[in-house]
Amino acid sequence: MLSQRSPYLEHARLQALKPALQLRSHVLHALRDWFRREGFMEVETPIRLPTPALELHIDAEPSGAGFLRTSPELHMKRLLAAGCSKIFQIGPCFRKGERGDRHNPEYTMLEWYRTNADYYCIMADTESLLTHISALCSPPFALCPSPWPQLCIEELFLQHAGWNPVESYDAERFEHDLVHKVEPALPRDTPVFVMDYPAPAAALSRRKPGRERVAERFELYINGIEIANAFSELIDPAEQRCRFEAWARERQSAGAPVYPLDEAFLAALELGMPPSGGIALGIDRLIMVLLGATSLDAVMAFREFRS
Amino acid sequence: MAADYSASDFRKGLRVEADGIPYVISEFNFVKPGKGAAIYTCRLKSLIDGNTYVRNFRSNDTLKRPDLEERTMRYSHKEGDDDFIFMDENFEQFTLSGKVLGDNQYFLFEDCEVHVLYHNNRPVDVTLPTFIEKEVLETEPGARGNTATNTLKPAKINGNFEIQVPLFINQGDTIKIDTRTGEYADRVLKK
Repeated sequence: MLSQRSPYLEHARLQALKPALQLRSHVLHALRDWFRREGFMEVETPIRLPTPALELHIDAEPSGAGFLRTSPELHMKRLLAAGCSKIFQIGPCFRKGERGDRHNPEYTMLEWYRTNADYYCIMADTESLLTHISALCSPPFALCPSPWPQLCIEELFLQHAGWNPVESYDAERFEHDLVHKVEPALPRDTPVFVMDYPAPAAALSRRKPGRERVAERFELYINGIEIANAFSELIDPAEQRCRFEAWARERQSAGAPVYPLDEAFLAALELGMPPSGGIALGIDRLIMVLLGATSLDAVMAFREFRS
Repeated sequence: MAADYSASDFRKGLRVEADGIPYVISEFNFVKPGKGAAIYTCRLKSLIDGNTYVRNFRSNDTLKRPDLEERTMRYSHKEGDDDFIFMDENFEQFTLSGKVLGDNQYFLFEDCEVHVLYHNNRPVDVTLPTFIEKEVLETEPGARGNTATNTLKPAKINGNFEIQVPLFINQGDTIKIDTRTGEYADRVLKK
């Protein structure tokens, strides 16, 4: 059913959003400025894909004979394997069924990747980029100067949840305690990097050399809200295939749709992708925290109507 | 009986049943930690005593549809501070409290048809016609102030109950209100 909301109320709502739209425009301008300065190449990869990136808990929206992308990650990695060394992309991504104050089924993602780099290089990029944006755009919620704290998730859990998810992992307990015990305890006066996730929560990150139980993955939190997710990228094609297959089995037993493996991506890893670091950052959430807001309603002009 | 609701059906305003008690989801949020599975956080408000509590659900969790009986009746009048009197088609009289009616009490008018939901003979919720008409009793005249940043103004429609209306609405105008949201919907032109 279409909304029968009065056009005058819609008008008032959009008018109230003008400062947020202005901030978004400034932020996009500032970040392209930073990437150009740092020698990154802006790329565009397809939005409609034959098969989406397979992840355990992400559902893709079907579109025609394929799917809308849930992330541009696998195509951007194919560009890294083909010799592009510093790339970034800003564009829409789609995740089925994700709707809440901090989720929208369609949203804007920024991703950037560097070859011959790991997640520490990406942390340095993140500090530099966001500090640049904050200085240039003077948002209501300005970011404090870097360096920002790098907090190991193992220590955060020992301190706030009383157990060690790296030594004995339990997905359900990990996710529950992360949301209800760890995230509420994160500092609010500075952005923080939460890092070194348990290997079963590695997603597409590599394991730490010399400490296989830990994955080289971090998440950036600002004001207690998750803004970005980064990896030292997994480049081993055999391990990557194993992870895809394990997720496919788990999805099947959970009754979730199972997507075909992206063989073109796996073939690119076979040919060789240099060690790389990369990150995905939610632009809408970034604007939201820079405004000091707690809901995407404050920054997205048009959110899908739900009857 | 109809199928249960799964967590992906949950939304604000949905009526559900848990442990034999009917609830309405009064607040709803969807969180997804990092690469993890979704957590659906609901504040459940009891339709019996109005008490609320927060409960987390995962994707595979379900809640029952509440077993509610619907009766159609018409609004008659108000007695005292908080008693709203309704009649069914047999002219049997029913009393609903302002607590059960919520903001709907400001939208009632004489002979207005309502659907009342009962749980074990206890009225728990009321649905009004989607659109009702009300006269504006009081509002600032015309387009005052900064019209570039302020396109709505408050208007009193019933006692001290205020809703936001466009600037061109005047005292004495009749407006249409969407009872699902309690928002202004349109101006009703006088014949």
